Amino acid sequence: MIRMNELSTPVPPAAPLAETRLPIIAARGLTRIHGPGCLRCLESTGGTTGRNLCPHCRSVVAVAGVSFDLHPGEILGVMGESGSGKSTLVRLLHLDDRPTSGTAHWRGTDEGGHALEVELTACDAAQARWLRDRRFGMVYQNPHLGLNFQVTAGGNIAERLLTAGEGSFRAIRDRALSLLDRTEVPRNRVDHKPGHFSGGMQQRLQIARALAPRPQLLLLDEVTTGLDLSVQARILDLILEIQRRTRVAMIVVTHDLGVVRLLAGRTLVMRHGRVVESGITDQILEDPQHPYTQQLVSSAL
Amino acid sequence: MGYVAIRGGESAIAAAARLLDVLRAQAGGDPIGVETIRHQLGRLVDRVCGEGGCWHPQLAALAIKQASGDTLEAAFLLRAWRSTRPRLSATAPHRGTDLRVVRRISSAFKEIPGGQILGPGSDYLQRLFSYELLDEDPDKFRAIAKDFFGEEWPGRGTDSASDTVPKVLDALRAQGLLAQPRPPLPAVDITREPITFPCPRPAALAAMTRGESGGLLAMAYTTMRGYGYLHPTVAELRYGFLPIMLPHPVSGELVEAGEVPVTECEIVTLHGKDDPEDAPPSLGLGYGCCFGHQETKAIAMAMCDRSLQNGAQHGVRHPAEDGEFVLMHIDGIESMGFCSHYKLPHYVTFQSDLDNLRKSRGKLDHPGAAEAVFTDPEQIPDGDEL
Amino acid sequence: MTAASTSSTVSAANTGAGDHFGFLDAFAKRELRRASFKALCIPGYQVPYASREMPIARGFGTGGLQLSLSLLTPEDTLKVIDQGADDSVNAVNLRRFILATCPGVAATTRTTAASVIQTRHRIPETPLHAGQIMVYQVPFPDPLQIIEPSEAKRRRMHAEVDYARLLVRLYEDLVRFREVAITNRYPARVAGRYVIDPSPIPRWDLPKLNRSHAIHLFGAGREKKIYAVPPMTTVEPLAFSDVPFQVEAFTDDEGGRHRCARCGAGDSYLDEIVLPDGGRRWQCNDQDHCDSHREESLR
Repeated sequence: MIRMNELSTPVPPAAPLAETRLPIIAARGLTRIHGPGCLRCLESTGGTTGRNLCPHCRSVVAVAGVSFDLHPGEILGVMGESGSGKSTLVRLLHLDDRPTSGTAHWRGTDEGGHALEVELTACDAAQARWLRDRRFGMVYQNPHLGLNFQVTAGGNIAERLLTAGEGSFRAIRDRALSLLDRTEVPRNRVDHKPGHFSGGMQQRLQIARALAPRPQLLLLDEVTTGLDLSVQARILDLILEIQRRTRVAMIVVTHDLGVVRLLAGRTLVMRHGRVVESGITDQILEDPQHPYTQQLVSSAL
Repeated sequence: MGYVAIRGGESAIAAAARLLDVLRAQAGGDPIGVETIRHQLGRLVDRVCGEGGCWHPQLAALAIKQASGDTLEAAFLLRAWRSTRPRLSATAPHRGTDLRVVRRISSAFKEIPGGQILGPGSDYLQRLFSYELLDEDPDKFRAIAKDFFGEEWPGRGTDSASDTVPKVLDALRAQGLLAQPRPPLPAVDITREPITFPCPRPAALAAMTRGESGGLLAMAYTTMRGYGYLHPTVAELRYGFLPIMLPHPVSGELVEAGEVPVTECEIVTLHGKDDPEDAPPSLGLGYGCCFGHQETKAIAMAMCDRSLQNGAQHGVRHPAEDGEFVLMHIDGIESMGFCSHYKLPHYVTFQSDLDNLRKSRGKLDHPGAAEAVFTDPEQIPDGDEL
Repeated sequence: MTAASTSSTVSAANTGAGDHFGFLDAFAKRELRRASFKALCIPGYQVPYASREMPIARGFGTGGLQLSLSLLTPEDTLKVIDQGADDSVNAVNLRRFILATCPGVAATTRTTAASVIQTRHRIPETPLHAGQIMVYQVPFPDPLQIIEPSEAKRRRMHAEVDYARLLVRLYEDLVRFREVAITNRYPARVAGRYVIDPSPIPRWDLPKLNRSHAIHLFGAGREKKIYAVPPMTTVEPLAFSDVPFQVEAFTDDEGGRHRCARCGAGDSYLDEIVLPDGGRRWQCNDQDHCDSHREESLR
């Protein structure tokens, strides 16, 4: 059966304690296999095999047995090289893809502010849409995935607000300008299209757009990759600032040790679709246990 | 009042029709005979029958005459007539192997079972004028067929010289290079059921065989020029007569009710990718078939068919792989009608446009007035919340 | 038979329909009626149907024509208008085809006297009453077409009540033009659910659909869809709560409103007429309304 890399004990969040100890996301044994799949897929991939392509059925084991808890207000890092399954994991959580097996439990609030729990792997299309539109925010490495380049910066933010049911033009305008302030996009760019923005500004606009409906979970997929160091630093500062002010829970996916070191209280290290090591970020970076993590840390030094 | 351009009413319509008729007749001469159109403008008749979705060469010839040779108008006449006809029966699927062939070529193999039959075709003719046709001698004209068929003419034409031949595809299938034919999907009568997307292949083929020849060719040409590089080979192109088999009303047995000239084309492409991922690579098939002798249309249709299948299997990467893009834009009757409708008066909507434009310009001329719509940026609280 | 007689004189004999009342065969009419009922049951939902090829070109009202032919009975009284006028060439053409194929049906130009009104681009100014059926000729049945070309995607958007991108279009227009630049075919939400394209009627006519006593049927022949607004159903123009929907103003140079030069009405949709001397004149677009108003004021 599926190997569980479940965390043995709940790890306290590194960030200040949230109102509740219940996790906003509880993932258990998430597995995604592309292809027909066979009984030997899991044993023939990952670990010491050094591959994620099953030699028996040619299926790709993108993610296998991933379990973790994400607490309110926490930033969880997911680190790994390309092909490690970290982007697939984000796609599963953002309901862009469905797992082959495993569960992911979301705890949040409904429109009235009452507690609401949804099993993400079993929700219907309408629920998935509601969650993506009103409870989740996603920031992509490629701004063309996260922004509509046909409409203005304000229109990009407006789209999220309109999707979430906002009906007042003034309220949308106010919120758009305030979000631009917060993400350090100059107000006088509100009526410009993002095609004319710098790469860093496009990412900050993506963050503004993702935050528009006040999501309870923010997913950030390699958001600083490919940007200049100074631009990267500004965005990382911005993310920390947002986390401090809004207490939104975040999952930060990256291949960059520096990013998790700065942002994430806890980190999962992934390889060949498996979590090979997880725990408090500082601990992992200071005292890596898994040979792969050791190699990553030493090569970064 | 001088503005009543559209308020012409009945008398204006009658006058327009009369003038159209005058245009046709004003130069004098003899009226052109429908039978002459049918036989001497055969490709035109074929095209109108194809786009009209109905094999009725006599009415097609009448349509061509009535429309002064406008193919879209002529096909439209035929379609409008067709839609008043009841659907009496549906035939069982016909087999291309039953086609009695007048011409068949394969660019895939030099030698094919049954042989290459060049038949009638202009492919290897130099496009130079035959000036003798300017003033053709009727006796010489009649001698053309008589010389060819001898004493058996009239009463015998090219159709009687034809016979069935095996298909090139069958040879490829026998070698396992092409997938075996799948059981046929039920035919879709697109005149009775609306097309919805994703569109089943029978509906796509039906839409294409009725498609406007130029429109279909343009779509196919995109696949040849790099918008989805197909690398096609014409496995077989054939023109001939297909016996139409109808169930006998009493016994239910299939009986030959007549024949229809059709052009049929099968193209194959390298790595069809029709098969499961673990199967060995094989050829992909594209199929085209249309009324009469219309080789370009049949080839174009086969290429579009292949392209649409690629899009359905692997996702749309090029315009001609998108079913909606291709099938919704190749119908001559619909596109011609909609294009023409812009000649209708639109002054209610245009008045609305002008009103809007004037209002908008007025507001933009006076920036102060626009603040009614907009929030004053200065008044936004520099709030702490996000 | 000359070409002139073929195209200018329509009779049941040369339409090819034989003895069919209403040109269409019984199967086609049944399909149209079923689609119409379904459309009335799901207000604003676009019901696909196998639109027949008519002897009138696509784009000239074949959708509306098929609806009228499927609805009319010999007891009905028909009014056909195009651009507000009963005697414009396209209206004349459609009317004479319908009358030739529907023996017994009476024609009228009076809005109040008609039981079925086929229209292109206008809703009559005279209020409609219960029992009347409005039939609209529709070029684009889907309001989402302006933001999404793929019908497959649009069907999904309707199913998910996903109209945010349409509203973004309004937002962008307000930012750029200080006005929503959708002047006709203005999207409207029916019964709080589906957003429809009300056909290219001006914004002026859109409020007339809201809680109307009449049945409103929309037929798109080329795009093969039928949809409906049943009587007494809410129809709300898409708008922001704080930027109200506005109809055409017909503002004159002094900031007042143009009036009809013929009947004096100041509350109707107007045609702007460019005069030979370069001047402009304004006149009611709805011919019947203008005539009635003039008769009244003369009396």
